[in-house]
Amino acid sequence: MQVKGKVFKYGNDVDTDVIIPARYLNTTSESELAAHCMEDLDGEFVKRVKAGDIIVAGDNFGCGSSREHAPIAIKASGISLVIANSFARIFYRNSINIGLPILECPQAVAAINNGDSISCELSDGIIVNLTTGEKFRAEPFPSFIREIISDGGLLAHIAKQVK
Amino acid sequence: MGMTLSQKILAKHAGLDEVKAGQLINAQLDLVLANDITGPVAIKEFKKAGIKKVADRQKIALVMDHFAPNKDIKSAQQCKICREFSNEHNLTNFFDVGKMGIEHALLPEQGLVGAGDLVIGADSHTCTYGALGAFSTGVGSTDMCAGMISGECWFKVPPAIKFILSGKPKKYIGGKDIILHIIGLIGVDGALYKSMEFFGEGIKYLSIDDRFTICNMAIEAGAKNGIFPADEVALDYMKGRFKRKPQIYMPDGDAEYERVIDIDLSQLKPTVAFPHLPENTKTPEQWGDIKIDQVVIGSCTNGHISDLRAAAEILKGRKTADGVRTIIIPATNEIYLQAVREGLVEIFIEAGAVVSTPTCGPCLGGYMGILAENERSVSTTNRNFVGRMGHATSEVYLASPYVAAASAVAGRLTNPEEL
Repeated sequence: MQVKGKVFKYGNDVDTDVIIPARYLNTTSESELAAHCMEDLDGEFVKRVKAGDIIVAGDNFGCGSSREHAPIAIKASGISLVIANSFARIFYRNSINIGLPILECPQAVAAINNGDSISCELSDGIIVNLTTGEKFRAEPFPSFIREIISDGGLLAHIAKQVK
Repeated sequence: MGMTLSQKILAKHAGLDEVKAGQLINAQLDLVLANDITGPVAIKEFKKAGIKKVADRQKIALVMDHFAPNKDIKSAQQCKICREFSNEHNLTNFFDVGKMGIEHALLPEQGLVGAGDLVIGADSHTCTYGALGAFSTGVGSTDMCAGMISGECWFKVPPAIKFILSGKPKKYIGGKDIILHIIGLIGVDGALYKSMEFFGEGIKYLSIDDRFTICNMAIEAGAKNGIFPADEVALDYMKGRFKRKPQIYMPDGDAEYERVIDIDLSQLKPTVAFPHLPENTKTPEQWGDIKIDQVVIGSCTNGHISDLRAAAEILKGRKTADGVRTIIIPATNEIYLQAVREGLVEIFIEAGAVVSTPTCGPCLGGYMGILAENERSVSTTNRNFVGRMGHATSEVYLASPYVAAASAVAGRLTNPEEL
C-alpha cells in the first residue's frame, strides 16, 4: 500500500495530551476527536491537514497517556502515516491496533522538512521525498501487522478471520 | 542467563520455564482494567467485533474515576455505556460513584491486585501495582478489549534496568522525590520499552505508598513496568485485602540487566519537575522565585493516606496564601474516610483548602481545578505537559505533597524546610 502527502513536522516527545487534550475525551466520536487533533501544539494543523498527509517527528512520539483516542484522532484527521525516530510504547501498540500506519526512520526524520511532499510504500518501507528526490528505507512491518493495519485494526482483523 | 523479576512473572503466566528479552509470548491475565475514558472505546470495539461474552466476568475491573462524578452530559453518557456493559455481562468489579476511587489506588486497596499478578489496564499508570510485586502495564482500549474477550495478552518480553537504592531518605524526602530524581537522570524515554526494577537495602525505608508513587511514574520514563520485590512491607499491606495468595518472585542471581543504577537515597533533596516534561527536574537551589495560583494534592500518584498526612503535617495551624487555590483530593473513599477520622480534613479546611470526592479531575485537565491562561500550579500529579491541567500557556510543577503543601502556604514554590 502506498501513501502520499504533505509533511507536518514536529520535534521530540510529542505527548498524547497535545495530540488530543483530555478536555475532549468525553466522547469516542472519531470526527469530534479529529476536530481537536494537535490543538495545543499546532493550532493550524486541523485547518491545513488534507487526506493522505504525513506526520514526521523526533524521539518518543506519543508519550504519556494510554488514550487510544490519540492515534484515532490522528487517523481520523486524514493522516496516512507517522514517521518518527522512535515511538512511546503504548502509542506504538495502539497505532497498530487501530490501523494507523507508523514507521521508525531517523534518517528520513533528519532530512525531511516541514511542508515537503513525500510518499511511502508500506510493504517495503521505502520513503521518497518528492520535494528533494531523496530516498530512505524504514524497516517495514511484517505482513501480519500490515494486515491488521489494512483491515482497519486488530478487532476488525479478528472479526474478518472469524468470518 | 537468568531472568529478571519481571521476566519471571511473565514466564509463569505464559506457562514457560524461561523467557528472554525480546521474545514474543502470549500470557494469561489476572485482571484487565479500564476507566470511564478508555472503557467506552473498548466496549465500542467489543460490540463492533460482534463478541457476545467476556472471558471471565471476575477478572475485569471498570472504574468510573476520570470524569466522575460526571462533569457534563457527555461524561455521564460515557459512564452509562460502562454501567450498561457491566450489567449486561454481570461484571463483579464495577466501581461507580460511592464505591469508586482513583483506579490505581482503588484496585490494590480492594485486594484485586497483588504480588505475582499479571495485569493490563487501559490507563498508562497501571504500572503502579509493581509496588506489590506484580507485573502490570498500561495498554490501549483495543488491547484491553482483547483481554476481556480472551483473558490473554501478547507481550514482548522487556529487558530491564536495575536500580539499587541505598541509604535512608532525609525528612521530607519520599517516593515522589525519588522517582522524579530518577526520571531527571534517565529522561522521559530513558526506560523506553524496559522494566524498571528496584532493589537494595534502601527500600526498607520506603512505605507502600512511596512504592506506589515510584512505580506509578515508571511510565514517565517510558517504561513498560516498574516493580519492587514483595517484602514484609508489601505483604503487610496485602494482608486482609488481597483476595488470592501472594506469589513472591525474585530475580535469578545471574539475571541480565541492561544497566545498573545506584541511587543513594540519603543524598536526595526535594525534587520538582518544571514545565513541560517530567524529566525537567530541579532541586531547591535551582528553583528561583515561582509564584503560583493553585496547588493540587491528590491523584493516583500522591492521593494516598500518607500523602494526606504529609500535607496535613505542613498545613496544621497554618493558612494557605491569599491567591492560592488549594485542592486536596483523597484517592479513594476509604482514604477519604480515614482522613476524616484522623482529623486531616479539618486541618485542610481550616487552612483554607478544599477537599474533594475522589476523582482524577484536574490531573488531566478534566475538571475540578482547571488552569486559566498563564496560571501556575504546584501539583502532586504525574504529568506537566503543555496544556495538561488547562490552558496551553498554563504551567504545572510536579512535586511531593510536602513541597506542594509548603508552596500553598508560601504562595510560591517552596522547600518545606524553609517554612
